[in-house]
Amino acid sequence: MHIVACVKQTPKSDNVKIDPQTGCLIRSGTQSAMNPFDEFALEEAVTLKEQVGGKVSVITMGPPQAEAVLRDSIARGADEVFQLGDRALAGSDTWSTSYALSKGIEKINQLEHVDLIICGKQTNDSDTGHIGPQISAWLQIPNAAFVKKVVRVEKNSIVVERLTEDGSEVVELNFPCVISVVKEINKPRVRSVKGRMLAKRVPITVWTADDVQADKTKLGINYCPTRVVKSFVPKREVNAVAVEGANAKEKAAKLVALLKENKYI
Amino acid sequence: MNLQDYKNVWIFAQTQRGKLSPTVYELLTAGRQLADDLGEKLCAVLLGHQVKAFAQDLINHGADCVYVCDVPVLENYLDDVYARVLSDLVAQYKPNKFLIPATNMGRALSAKTAVFVGTGLTADATEVSIHKEDGQLYATRPTFGGNLMATITCAKTRPEMCSLRPMSYEKAPKQPGRIGEIIEVPVDTGKYTGSLAKFVQFIKSKGDGLDLSEAEIIVAGGRGVGNKEGFKLLEKLAARLGGAVGASRGPVDSGWIDYRYQIGLTGRTVKPKLYIACGISGQIQHMAGMSGANVIVAINKDPDTPMMKAAHFALEGDLYEVIPAMLEALH
Amino acid sequence: MDYAINEMEQEVLNATRELAQKKLKPLRAEMDAKEEFSIEMYEEYRKSGMFGLWLPEEYGGLGGGITCLAMAFEELSRACAGLALTPGTSALGAIPMFLAATKEQRDKWCPDLASGKKLWAFALTEPEAGSDATALKTTAIKDGDYYVVNGTKHFISTGKEADFYTVAVNTNPARGPRGISLLVIEKGTLGFSFGKKEEKMGIRSNPTYELIFENVRVPKENLLGSEGRGLLYLQETLDYSRPGVAAQAVGIAQGALDTTIPYLRTRKQFGQPIITFQALGHKVAELAAKTEAGRALVYNLTHRMDTEYLPAVRNALDNGTTVHDELKKLKGQRWTKYSAEAKLFCSNVAMEVADECVTLCGGIAYMRDFPLEKYMRDAKITQIYEGTVHIQKNEILTALIKEYASKEGEE
Repeated sequence: MHIVACVKQTPKSDNVKIDPQTGCLIRSGTQSAMNPFDEFALEEAVTLKEQVGGKVSVITMGPPQAEAVLRDSIARGADEVFQLGDRALAGSDTWSTSYALSKGIEKINQLEHVDLIICGKQTNDSDTGHIGPQISAWLQIPNAAFVKKVVRVEKNSIVVERLTEDGSEVVELNFPCVISVVKEINKPRVRSVKGRMLAKRVPITVWTADDVQADKTKLGINYCPTRVVKSFVPKREVNAVAVEGANAKEKAAKLVALLKENKYI
Repeated sequence: MNLQDYKNVWIFAQTQRGKLSPTVYELLTAGRQLADDLGEKLCAVLLGHQVKAFAQDLINHGADCVYVCDVPVLENYLDDVYARVLSDLVAQYKPNKFLIPATNMGRALSAKTAVFVGTGLTADATEVSIHKEDGQLYATRPTFGGNLMATITCAKTRPEMCSLRPMSYEKAPKQPGRIGEIIEVPVDTGKYTGSLAKFVQFIKSKGDGLDLSEAEIIVAGGRGVGNKEGFKLLEKLAARLGGAVGASRGPVDSGWIDYRYQIGLTGRTVKPKLYIACGISGQIQHMAGMSGANVIVAINKDPDTPMMKAAHFALEGDLYEVIPAMLEALH
Repeated sequence: MDYAINEMEQEVLNATRELAQKKLKPLRAEMDAKEEFSIEMYEEYRKSGMFGLWLPEEYGGLGGGITCLAMAFEELSRACAGLALTPGTSALGAIPMFLAATKEQRDKWCPDLASGKKLWAFALTEPEAGSDATALKTTAIKDGDYYVVNGTKHFISTGKEADFYTVAVNTNPARGPRGISLLVIEKGTLGFSFGKKEEKMGIRSNPTYELIFENVRVPKENLLGSEGRGLLYLQETLDYSRPGVAAQAVGIAQGALDTTIPYLRTRKQFGQPIITFQALGHKVAELAAKTEAGRALVYNLTHRMDTEYLPAVRNALDNGTTVHDELKKLKGQRWTKYSAEAKLFCSNVAMEVADECVTLCGGIAYMRDFPLEKYMRDAKITQIYEGTVHIQKNEILTALIKEYASKEGEE
């Protein structure tokens, strides 16, 4: 089975610093790493490969420094890595990004037939969860999102369980297909010693938009359908009333009285 | 694409297991406002099997028009089938704005539909409005884990699509006797029977049945709870108050409590009347999921945590002393 | 200080540190309390290649040597000495095999050993033969193409969980110690069963079992090297494995310091962090210096060992010979004294550091919620297994006497 995992380089910590004046991300001092949700996607790809045999390819879209997540993918068990890097891609929204990735996956498919594409549930920087379903739309193939378990792999299909608000649903998707996975699906392994050493030496294939025959009028900040017109730091009110008392018992009694008085309970 | 051809505000009336999802009423509130500002109609799209009966309910809650596709092939949600039916409807009726709930189903469905339709989509907005001059949809949403709010537009294509985070708007009030149009749209079932995906089964959650997002009082625990057993104490308080238990991400990651109870950006969004945060430091990701609570109480040993600062009532103390004392005081 | 001298060793440190942080630490208290082997951790070790660090790439290993093995064991033990034993004892059980095995035996056993698919264990100790290995009573009597094994081994680490056991037996009881041989016995062989599971002071997440052999028929192909040479292979094995125990001891000492120093910095008494009381601060400095001395001793030794081990392995693979024979051809050093010195020194340091750290931190350190008391319980085993501190002193003394006897009259 040939599996493609899609990964993205994002700011490492959830606690990124935003300039309150400009509303821009303060890049200096912010470390980058693989989007944490993509770790589950890659782990699932590698696990499936170990179970049924095959190969794991990884694709990312990003600036030159994004090759670091591809090297990291090798350390975590990927076999081949591809980067979409082109100025024309800069500023793409999810619609354009998913289009570019789908073209990249088509190209990987020409090298070796792709059966399954795995994405993380969302990224930690933009939190959309669009990429998986949208890649499937561009490629006109079935998909499932919020996948928490691969139930089984059949010859021509995969059976997965996805999370819903009221439980879960089991669906069967014919290959090729796309799944986006949640963190419940596995526990990502640590990077092996061999993988770490291999990661430093692996050649990175970089493709431009032309290399993957992408239509440039669908790409980048000038062509993608959505645009950020304003960004700002959310306001937070500070209005805490301290519940005072000599000890825990007194404070608790005071709190209960306050809540009752205001009819909150 | 001639933008003038696109008229009316649509909302997706999600049904699941034969029930209308409660967040649809919030979409009706948001959508009604947009439609009124534009002077256009508010239309709901109802997909499913044996769901026709909800059409009048949607009208009673503010819809002017309901498009109904009621066929067996739509009984369960499959991304492909739903996205195709939805994009066919969009092509046929050309809506101007389209709101979809940011539920698990809605997130995936909106994304796939936007590509089929060829338009832009904003994910998980918490506020939507019509810009006075250009009439565009301005959708505001948290990014970077809630550290930054971004307002997003889609100028060149229609409909402007947006998924709306549950609990971001009040539920629309019922106006009995409201009149609206119900349009049953035929579905070419044959087109979807050869689908490459198949629904196998639904597995009901084994939870206690209480839906966190519907609870009026929530007693939530963070890392400060310290262990699995600590949540039993929180359960006691919640039971005494007739509320539910929730958690921040720490305890879930540590395996003290199931993911279903997680509140925050990567968990549930809640909007209870009373939120009691026990040993929760108040990371911004958690705040994003509960800051809509009417009253927030924080109990923490450390008075300097963000939660203690953001709460309406901050009680400095050990939750293992405070909660038993509260239970006693409530007795 | 890190003693990695090449990229491979550095990556072993990086990988084991990540493993310790993300996987071992969250599990250690629970598995210690339950006294259970962790399947979850075993899978993590497999995925990160921890079983093949010291084995050649031809068999799916990393191609590293004794240093890589010791470094991994140190870093894993720094988080949990008990869970660290899963790859640790598999290496101990397999070293005698790898040294003495023919090409055919290596080809049969090494791929699954390196991948961790099969776990190995080492079985020497008997109720009446521990420090005195020559006293062992388990017999293996030749019967056609088989050896018939009878006897009991006890205190066997990773017992029941391991798939292959390298068992010291006597194939010719009439010859006494010269009848001792090594046999590989597979779990599931008829007549091979497990007796009592021990309840231990420390390293509780590693199961310790009694092995019972009742007329167990073991194919003669499972004999390592030749009959009667068991003690020789055992000595060679211990020479290579004792620096591992020393590394484990260093890891335990470091782990205890890792817990202690931040606590002493934040704990305030009499209005100040208690590390600023010189009596305590100086004690910490002393313990840190001893730990570093132990580490220097271990890696100085293993790096020297690797200059023989790695070429011998290469030659054995190229020539289709045994590693043992290739080592002999290289006419290298006898490591017995140095290995014993490293193990003696480091295990005493580990016990001292863990003990003192508990005292430094006070009451909290006596409680199970705080990880220190476990380090103290775990440290103790390093003074006991693979030869007690007294046996190490015997080894050192014997070597010294020989050394000086040969120098007599040189002046």
